[in-house]
Amino acid sequence: MGKTISEKIFESHLRDEPFEGTKVLALDRVLCHEITTPVAIADLAWRGKDRVFDKTKIKAVVDHVTPSKDSKTALQAKMLRDWARRHDLKDFFDVGHNGVCHALFPEKGYIQPGFTVIMGDSHTCTHGAFGAFAAGVGTTDLEVGILKGVCAFREPATIRVNLIGDLAAGVYAKDVVLYVISQLGVNGATDRVIEFAGSVVDDMSMEARMTLCNMAIEAGGTSGICMPDRVTVDYLWPFIQDQYATKEDAVADYLKWHSDADANYDQVLEFDVSSLDPQVTFGYKPDCVKPVAQMAGTPVDQVYIGTCTNGRIEDLRVAAAILKGRRVANTVRGIVSPATPKIFSDAMAEGIIQIFMEAGFCVTNPTCGACLGMSNGVLANDEVCASTSNRNFNGRMGKGGMVHLMSPATAAASAITGVITDARSL
Amino acid sequence: MKKVFKGATIFLDRSDINTDEIIPAKYLTEVTKEALKPYLLEDLKLDGFDPQGQALKNARVVVSRQNFGCGSSREHAPWVFEVNDVHTIIAESYARIFRQNMFNGGMLAIELPKSDIDQLFALAEHGTVDIAVALEAKTITACAGDEKIQISFDVSEFDMALVKAGGWVEFADERY
Ligand code: SF4
Repeated sequence: MGKTISEKIFESHLRDEPFEGTKVLALDRVLCHEITTPVAIADLAWRGKDRVFDKTKIKAVVDHVTPSKDSKTALQAKMLRDWARRHDLKDFFDVGHNGVCHALFPEKGYIQPGFTVIMGDSHTCTHGAFGAFAAGVGTTDLEVGILKGVCAFREPATIRVNLIGDLAAGVYAKDVVLYVISQLGVNGATDRVIEFAGSVVDDMSMEARMTLCNMAIEAGGTSGICMPDRVTVDYLWPFIQDQYATKEDAVADYLKWHSDADANYDQVLEFDVSSLDPQVTFGYKPDCVKPVAQMAGTPVDQVYIGTCTNGRIEDLRVAAAILKGRRVANTVRGIVSPATPKIFSDAMAEGIIQIFMEAGFCVTNPTCGACLGMSNGVLANDEVCASTSNRNFNGRMGKGGMVHLMSPATAAASAITGVITDARSL
Repeated sequence: MKKVFKGATIFLDRSDINTDEIIPAKYLTEVTKEALKPYLLEDLKLDGFDPQGQALKNARVVVSRQNFGCGSSREHAPWVFEVNDVHTIIAESYARIFRQNMFNGGMLAIELPKSDIDQLFALAEHGTVDIAVALEAKTITACAGDEKIQISFDVSEFDMALVKAGGWVEFADERY
C-alpha cells in the first residue's frame, strides 16, 4: 500500500510513539507571534526552563497588533522581543520588518517541502502549500515545541480534494476554497489533512495555493497540503539554490514527498470548478456560502483587503485592477493592509498603493489589523464588512459586527458600489 | 492547580461553539490566565444562557453538542474554563486543537455519541445535573434529583496519560 505525503512526512520525522496511534514528531519549524507565545515564555521561565531547543528553527514575529496600540499589547510585544534577544533568535521580526506571519515566513523561504511546522495559530495550515505538514497548535504544544522541538499528533488521515476543470476568468482560489468548505462543512475535515490536488492546483501560483491551504482549518482540517512541484521550486529557488545544481534537480527530489498513486485516503472528493461563480459567505460560519449573485446588493459599511488569506501581491493586483480609475462609494470605508513589508514595497513600485489611495482606501502597515477585531478597523454593532479574511464568526471583527468573506475581486467591486457586487458585472 | 472532574453541569445546546464565543479576541491581550476569568463565554448567544448568570458561575462541567471549540488555536479558551474551575467538557465532538489544548493542560474533553449526550440533556429536565467522572473506570455518573445515569467513555491512552501527568509539558519533560 502506498503512502500519502503526510504519512511520508510523519514517517521521516517520527521521534517517538508513546502509545499506538500517537506520533511524536521532530519539528523543523516552531513559529511564534506575540499573542500566543508570551504565556509559553512566562511558563517556561516559571518552570526554570527558559531555553530554546534550536535558535535557528524558531522564528518569531509581532504581527497581530503592531505597532502596539496600548500598554497590554506593548507588553506582549516586549515579552516576545526580550525573549528573542535573550535567546539570540536571528529571525525575529519587529516594527518596520514585520508582517502577517503566514505571509512573512513563506516569503523568507522558511517553509520547505517535507518540513514539519507548528505555530500557536490556527491558520498555520497555510504553510502546507509548500508540501509541508503544518499545524496550528495551542500555547502548551508551542511551549513544548520551543523547549524540546517535538509535537504529538494522531496518525494523519487524509481527505483528497481533486480540483479539475478550468477556473473562469474572475474566479479565484478564495472562491474555490469557500466552495470546498461549504461542501465539507465546518467539521468535515476534523483530525484530517486536506490534500489539494488536480489540474487546477497544478496551475495555481504559490500565493493561490496558500489561500487554499489557509482555509483548511475552517473545515476543521489539521493541515492543508499541496504537492511540491516546479511552481514550488520557482518560488523557493533563492533559498534552496545551494542545495540543488538545477531547478530540475529540486523538482525531481521533491517527488519523493508526493503521495503515491495507491495511497490510502479517508475520502476522495472531486470538484469540477469550471462553472464555479465567485462565492460569498452569509451568517456566522465559514461553511455558510452562496454564489455572489445570491448575495448581491447586500450593503456594506467597510471593505477589508488583506490578511494571511488574501493580503499577498497577487491579491492586491487583482483588487487594484478593479479599483483603477474608480472611487470607493461614499458609504464605505475601504481598508487595505498589504501582508508584509515586501508586498507593500512591491505594491508601491507597481503603482498599486497609489491606485488604492486614489480610490479612497486607507492603507495600513502590514498587520493582522481588522481581521480579528483586536486593533484597527474594528466594526461597530450592526455594521457589515466585506472582507478577504477567513473567519466570519459572530463578533470576529468587533462585537455585533457581520463579516462576509469573499475574494479580493469581489471585495474591491463591493467597495466601489457599496453593496456586495460581482466584479465581473462592473 | 489540582484538576477536579466533577460538579454542577451547564448545558450548551448548540453545535460549533467557537473559540471567539468562548473568549473574544479583545481579551487576548492578557498575559496571565487569571485575568481571563470574568469573560467566560461572554459572546455566546444562546436562548436561556446568561454569561453573567448563576448557572455558569456554579458550573464545573459543560455538556455540549458537535465541533465544540472550533476556530482559533487560542489556548485562552481552555484556560478561561480552567480558571473558572471547569475542568471537564463533554460533547459529541471537538475541534482538534481545542481538544488537544484541553488534554495538554491536564483537563478532560470527553467525546460521547449523540445518544448519550441526548440522555444527559434529557436528565437536565429533572433539575440541576451533577456529573462525576471516574478516570480509572472511564465512566461518568450523572445525577439530577432522584434520577441517576452512568455512561462509559473512551479516551486515547495518550490523552489519559496527559491527564494523569498533569499536562503535556510535564509528560514531555519526563520523556524527551
Ligand atoms: S490575518 Fe487574521 S487569520 Fe491571519 S493570522 Fe492574522 S488574525 Fe489570524
